[in-house]
Amino acid sequence: MRKLLLEHISEPGIETFDVYRKKGGYASVEKSLKTMTPDQVTEQVKASGLRGRGGAGFPAGMKWSFLDRKSDKPRYLVCNADESEPGTFKDRYLMEKIPHLLIEGMITSSYALGAKTSYIYIRGEYMYIVRILEKAIEEAYAAGFLGKNILGTEYSLDLYVHPGAGAYICGEETALLESLEGKRGNPRLKPPFPAIAGLYASPTVVNNVETIAAVVPIINLSGDEYAKIGLGKSTGTKLISASGHINKSGVYEIELGLPVEEFIYSDQYCGGVWKGRKLKAVVAGGSSVPILPAELILKTAKGEPRLMTYESLSDGGFISGTMLGSGGFIVMDETTSIVKNLYTFARFYHHESCGQCSPCREGTGWMEKILHRLHHGHGRKEDIDILVDVAKKIEGNTICPLGDAAAWPVASAIRHFRSEFEECVNNSMKVKELVH
Amino acid sequence: MAKVVIDGTEIEVADGITILNAARQLGGHSVPPAMCYYSTLKGSGGKCRVCLVKVAQGSAKDPRPMPKLVASCSTPVADGMVIQNLTSPEVLEARKGVVEFLLINHPLDCPICDQAGECDLQNLAYEHGVGKTRYEEERRKFEKIDIGDKIKLHMTRCILCYRCTMVANQLTDNRVHGVLNRGDASEISTYIEKAVDNDFSGNMIDVCPVGALTDKTFRFKSRVWFTKPMDAHRNCTKCSGKVVLWMKDNEVLRVSARKDQYGEVKEFICNECRYDHKSATDWTIEGPRHIDRHSVIAQNHYEKTDLLTLKKEIERQIEFQKGKPLPEPNRTLAE
Ligand SMILES: Cc1cc2nc3c(=O)[nH]c(=O)nc-3n(C[C@H](O)[C@H](O)[C@H](O)COP(=O)(O)O)c2cc1C
Ligand code: SF4
Ligand code: SF4
Ligand code: FES
Repeated sequence: MRKLLLEHISEPGIETFDVYRKKGGYASVEKSLKTMTPDQVTEQVKASGLRGRGGAGFPAGMKWSFLDRKSDKPRYLVCNADESEPGTFKDRYLMEKIPHLLIEGMITSSYALGAKTSYIYIRGEYMYIVRILEKAIEEAYAAGFLGKNILGTEYSLDLYVHPGAGAYICGEETALLESLEGKRGNPRLKPPFPAIAGLYASPTVVNNVETIAAVVPIINLSGDEYAKIGLGKSTGTKLISASGHINKSGVYEIELGLPVEEFIYSDQYCGGVWKGRKLKAVVAGGSSVPILPAELILKTAKGEPRLMTYESLSDGGFISGTMLGSGGFIVMDETTSIVKNLYTFARFYHHESCGQCSPCREGTGWMEKILHRLHHGHGRKEDIDILVDVAKKIEGNTICPLGDAAAWPVASAIRHFRSEFEECVNNSMKVKELVH
Repeated sequence: MAKVVIDGTEIEVADGITILNAARQLGGHSVPPAMCYYSTLKGSGGKCRVCLVKVAQGSAKDPRPMPKLVASCSTPVADGMVIQNLTSPEVLEARKGVVEFLLINHPLDCPICDQAGECDLQNLAYEHGVGKTRYEEERRKFEKIDIGDKIKLHMTRCILCYRCTMVANQLTDNRVHGVLNRGDASEISTYIEKAVDNDFSGNMIDVCPVGALTDKTFRFKSRVWFTKPMDAHRNCTKCSGKVVLWMKDNEVLRVSARKDQYGEVKEFICNECRYDHKSATDWTIEGPRHIDRHSVIAQNHYEKTDLLTLKKEIERQIEFQKGKPLPEPNRTLAE
């Protein structure tokens, strides 16, 4: 299967400028700066059909074309390397193993957007990667790919790495911008969108690490060629971080369109469920997306094979589908407690809510407390209905999507595994009867 | 100008104003409640979510409905927009949810809270909430702290509307006060317990919708409905000098800024007027203040509504609690 991002990943020394360059690195910078106008680069990205790899899957070229190019303020490109969604570790792998791919993507993309200063905002827990990136940036400056008059052209760019203090919410693009400005990382009210008023109230594009890295093969191949890879509107390749109860966890680059079943069971990827056990459920795109039971992750409700594409995974909406999300693929075997897993997720969202808006601030804590009780055998009859209702009252009523991200796992786990929750309640009833 | 329809009534308003302000121009029952928005504080709003409304039609140009409920305080109108507030069951349901969220961690210590009777949360809960709570978990608690010698911060009661932090940022020149921590552990605080000390800091008491920030010079002096609010003014070099005196007989128990029917102060007052002129002779008294807000202190109002029951209930609870141990250890009646 074709690899576009990780093709040279096992090349010794690929993290250094020299080896990366020898393997054809920085060709997209040469091609775009010397032979293309910024708008032509944007056109290629549009033609590629590339969709944002940070979770929402918004078409990257369209986002770029929204950037206010008439404003007299500077424009910024900000790379979102906050990667804090549980189950997601693909950006870390890419930045750690092949940092120059991101730097190259940043230069080419900044050129397309007319940004003269760009930032990589990275989560504070990735401190060792900050050092890797800074070293790579230093090498790129030394080789003339960053700084004044890159490759002797008119174009100049400065690139900075900015570590956050470690907060999931700073991955939400407007909270990220607040944090980058040195403020408390609270999401902003939209509109205005970053494309109009982002960093320092200037036009800004925020893209995920993988999105920006994918610009490199798009420019090298051409947008149309890239669009031929993948399936339908899910073009190109995607990094999937696979974890949980599988034989081979890790980061895989797949061509979009791969059947889910093949991804789980083929030796080329996850290598099947571990210990010879049966598959119970999958969280396909990071902790925020709805969980699906084995039968619905392998086949859609209509009985068609489920594919690794934006469209196929969301087939059936939230009733019987899920989302590709960030590509954090968490596999659970038959011994997994869905209640415990949900409690763990709920604890995470409660801990990470910024606390600005009441439904998320109060609702996430409430859900955690109920799930704690259920998991520890003190469930009450009304608990399940309260959980469903609290999740419903958070969803759609908050400032940023963290509220939805906290609500969806709850709603879907109860939808598909209600009996497990009921069992928790019944068992606790039995315990109470024994005590009395 | 933009023509919009709110709960079936058409009104023409200036372009670009928010749905909430359009509804306020219309007045009456279609005005959504607001707990965090404050027209005189820049950047306020969007947080509490009690003002959520349904946009059934986006505009004349693009008639599609908006996919989610929107915060009316921070969503601008568009020509041809159709808005549902009380006429949307979805809005009422969501609002009930928000009120419940605001209450689950609230101590409900109205019987010993100075804000009782003029508390926006109390009023909101009575109008939009449900009678009983489903929340049986432990509530969050904080220690009380002093923000300077005149203001008490009772964080346990805070609904995190951020208004007070905006007072600090916008009415004064130093940013001394903000929010620490995250989620439901967030707390309003000053920089390492530094006093907030400047001419206009007292206004944070008035913008606080609940009893989280109270005037220490008034604390526990009287229930607010036993005082008589009087409009008064004095010549002041720092502010407009237009205030409300909260009087009992001839004694001035408290001085506050004047709030409009939505609980908003349009003219902030200085600390000298607020704290240093507690004698009726310092002021030219204009007459009794007409309070047309929907609250217990709105004497003209409460006879007609169930808020009378609220007043009675609070008084009953006070009687009940006298001499009894209080629900939380860090609180005492005698303070
Ligand atoms: C709570 C929350 C956390 C997020 N965390 C990340 C993240 O860690 N990395 C990321 O790329 N996008 C994250 N996003 C999505 C970003 O807001 C934004 O959509 C994304 O960076 C856009 O990049 P893309 O279009 O290239 O996907 C998060 C969103 C939310 C609501
Ligand atoms: S939804 Fe949660 S994280 Fe997002 S702004 Fe509201 S409180 Fe903050
Ligand atoms: S202390 Fe009062 S004004 Fe300040 S955030 Fe809390 S509720 Fe709002
Ligand atoms: S008043 Fe609109 S969100 Fe608080």
